[in-house]
Amino acid sequence: MTNVESLATKPLFGLPLAELWFALLFFIFGMFLFLDGFDFGVGVLFATRNDDHEKEQLLAAVGPFWDGNEVWLVVFGGALFAAFPSVYANLFSRYYLLMFAILAALGLRGLAPEMYEEREDDRWRTLWGYSFVIGSTVTPFLLGLFVMNWLVGATGLITPVGVLGGVTVLVLTIVDGAAFLGLKTRGALRDEMRDYGIRAAVGYLGIAIITLGVIYVTEPGLRSSFRSITVVALVMLTATLTGIYTVALRRRRYYAAFAATATLVFGLVGLVATLLFPFVDRTAGLTVREAIISTLPLNIMSIMASVLLPIVLGYFVMLYSAFSGPVDTEETYG
Amino acid sequence: MVDPVLASRLQFALTTIVHIIFPVMSMGLAPFLIYFTWKEIRTKQPVYEQLRRFWTRIFAVSFVVGTVTGLVLEFEFGTNFAAFSTTAGELFGGPLALEGMMAFMLEATFLGIFVFGRDRVSDRLYFLSSIAVGLGTWLSAVWILIANSWMQTPRGFEIVVENGNRIVKLTDPLAAYLNPRFPYMFIHMQNAAVESVALFMAGVAAYYVFRHHVWGYPIKHIDFWEKTLKIALAVLLITAPLQVIQGDEYARHVSETQPQKFAAMEAVWETDSYVPEYIVAFPTDVNDLLNPRTKDLFGIGIPGGASWLASGGNPQATIRGLESFSTKAPPVAIVFWAFRIMVALGFWFILLAVWGVYRWWRGELFEDDLLHKALMASSLLGFVAVEVGWIVTEVGRQPWVIQGVMRTSAGVSPSLTGAEATFTLLGFVAGYILLLSLYTYVVGRIIRAGPPPRDELTQSDAAHIQESEVTSGD
Repeated sequence: MTNVESLATKPLFGLPLAELWFALLFFIFGMFLFLDGFDFGVGVLFATRNDDHEKEQLLAAVGPFWDGNEVWLVVFGGALFAAFPSVYANLFSRYYLLMFAILAALGLRGLAPEMYEEREDDRWRTLWGYSFVIGSTVTPFLLGLFVMNWLVGATGLITPVGVLGGVTVLVLTIVDGAAFLGLKTRGALRDEMRDYGIRAAVGYLGIAIITLGVIYVTEPGLRSSFRSITVVALVMLTATLTGIYTVALRRRRYYAAFAATATLVFGLVGLVATLLFPFVDRTAGLTVREAIISTLPLNIMSIMASVLLPIVLGYFVMLYSAFSGPVDTEETYG
Repeated sequence: MVDPVLASRLQFALTTIVHIIFPVMSMGLAPFLIYFTWKEIRTKQPVYEQLRRFWTRIFAVSFVVGTVTGLVLEFEFGTNFAAFSTTAGELFGGPLALEGMMAFMLEATFLGIFVFGRDRVSDRLYFLSSIAVGLGTWLSAVWILIANSWMQTPRGFEIVVENGNRIVKLTDPLAAYLNPRFPYMFIHMQNAAVESVALFMAGVAAYYVFRHHVWGYPIKHIDFWEKTLKIALAVLLITAPLQVIQGDEYARHVSETQPQKFAAMEAVWETDSYVPEYIVAFPTDVNDLLNPRTKDLFGIGIPGGASWLASGGNPQATIRGLESFSTKAPPVAIVFWAFRIMVALGFWFILLAVWGVYRWWRGELFEDDLLHKALMASSLLGFVAVEVGWIVTEVGRQPWVIQGVMRTSAGVSPSLTGAEATFTLLGFVAGYILLLSLYTYVVGRIIRAGPPPRDELTQSDAAHIQESEVTSGD
């Protein structure tokens, strides 16, 4: 056992904790983007539905999950604050208005399904249906914008690279949402969602490549990172997985398609992390090692996180297995 | 344009004032929901399923709005108080991260099962999920109050200068996390949450009981409302006295650890002994209202009461006056009147509980229309007490964001402009008005709709009901 004395002076088991927390942070962000991603995707695809019953099915598909999914964003914020407080402070205050726009969009998205279910009349439902779609579209776009600004160290809020990043993430959530609906719906609705998924996957590959190209041209500082083996591997992985996703959907292998989207999301997040490293805040010139908190709290947080995160993943397995299979729209609150 | 420091402070104050409503609702409802679920599974009586389903709906709505406003709160440390976050992050960020990983995750995932899964999981897992949800809400409070109480009575750290920034370094995690304020704050907060929800339940139930028994309206499921009223009163009878007794100890602790806050709570400007405690205070002119000095107020006071409160039993004890501190006093009027309102409400709740339980004991609980009116009028006062209580805590510690370590004005993001801060402040005012209206509207609809009718209860439970009706005959 590590005694208290060494907890204060030496990193736990001599591990490179700063780098591990950097990776953990992006893992948490990946979990958020994958899980809440399909909620957003379902919200975007909601716009394509006219039939009330189909709309109900889409809402019921995400009903039991989205609260838990969104908590990953809270955990991401908390973990960033805990491990890299100066980065948390710099990023959030630098992109001040963008952060508030994200909060507003998320708030709208969170409120909309709750309100939609509240009353049966048409005008009310149209209003909250629109809110659901707008919140679900704007949130991933702004998150992509934020992450891309963070990556390239942009000083403005709306940058061309940022906008491309926003569109990339938005399209990815549609890919994700369509795969999820493949698991949760049946019949004609499922077939239509499948078509949207395939088109979105092709679009995702295209927009991701364009975005990478634009970054390569406009950000000379990042060029050397592009030649790293990890980046090349991740790009190839992305291309392969969009292929696997498309084929899986065509053959109606919905679990395989859903697994492919998970890998796609983590591929994108991994790409961003690899390009950013060793910096954690490029604008402030802070590397991972410079920005990390001191040894004692870092060791404590590492112990806590290594115990808690597997437990949390366990909850999710439980939740998703309790509600596996296609949705039953008879199920509502309480 | 509002000054960015002022705008950030207003915005943060507004966010916390709005946010606290929803965790209070969840924390307070949690033990009730666990109890209802337990009784539903054990007794199979339909009224408990109705109770569980009805109050779960209010819980679920409160949870959603609490998530939205809580995320805003978390983000605002970074957006508006970047200097504070940089300085205190090592100590302050940890509890926030642990709240997310340990508490919020537990609550949010099991809420999915609890809200949607009655027919999908076993009774045992369903009951466990009600406990998990409740535990999650209470653990959230543990971590958030660890963070907050550390700011009130900071321990276990040293200040170092790094890259020109003063940084709080954690040296003793146990001393920091289990700082002296934490237990007082936690008990006071949790009990307040349960008490507030009990008052809310009692008020809502009293409305239906009153309409039925006093006005003679036919009300569906009147037994549901009678049961709600009784359970709420029983809980109020326990929580209301506890709140005042524990609050008294809390106040003494404040006078020891934050004497400036205590002096503001009592509006003591010059150091004095044998200071009275005004249970009811009336300002004799408007200046006393805006700039209260206990000496100038007309009121019903206990001689030596404040001294007694501060010292734990000595009416002669000296209280250090606000003028003897080197820093400017917090806004005394706000702290003083907020404290008075909280204390007065605390005693009023005890009176209500005793009154209600006395009528119940006499078998007249459903007939006393004055009691019902008092309960209805008091249904939201628990939340008012929580709000003014937090105002005492947070305004009272000004000018410090970390007591004795960092001033609030030094904690604001240096890059923030007045225009940005004013813009978001206005956005929040509008956003929160909308949010609160929607929340009130939705909760109002749930209350007006009443409990789910028994013929809509789930299939499996319908079978149980028939069984229990055969066996118990009720």
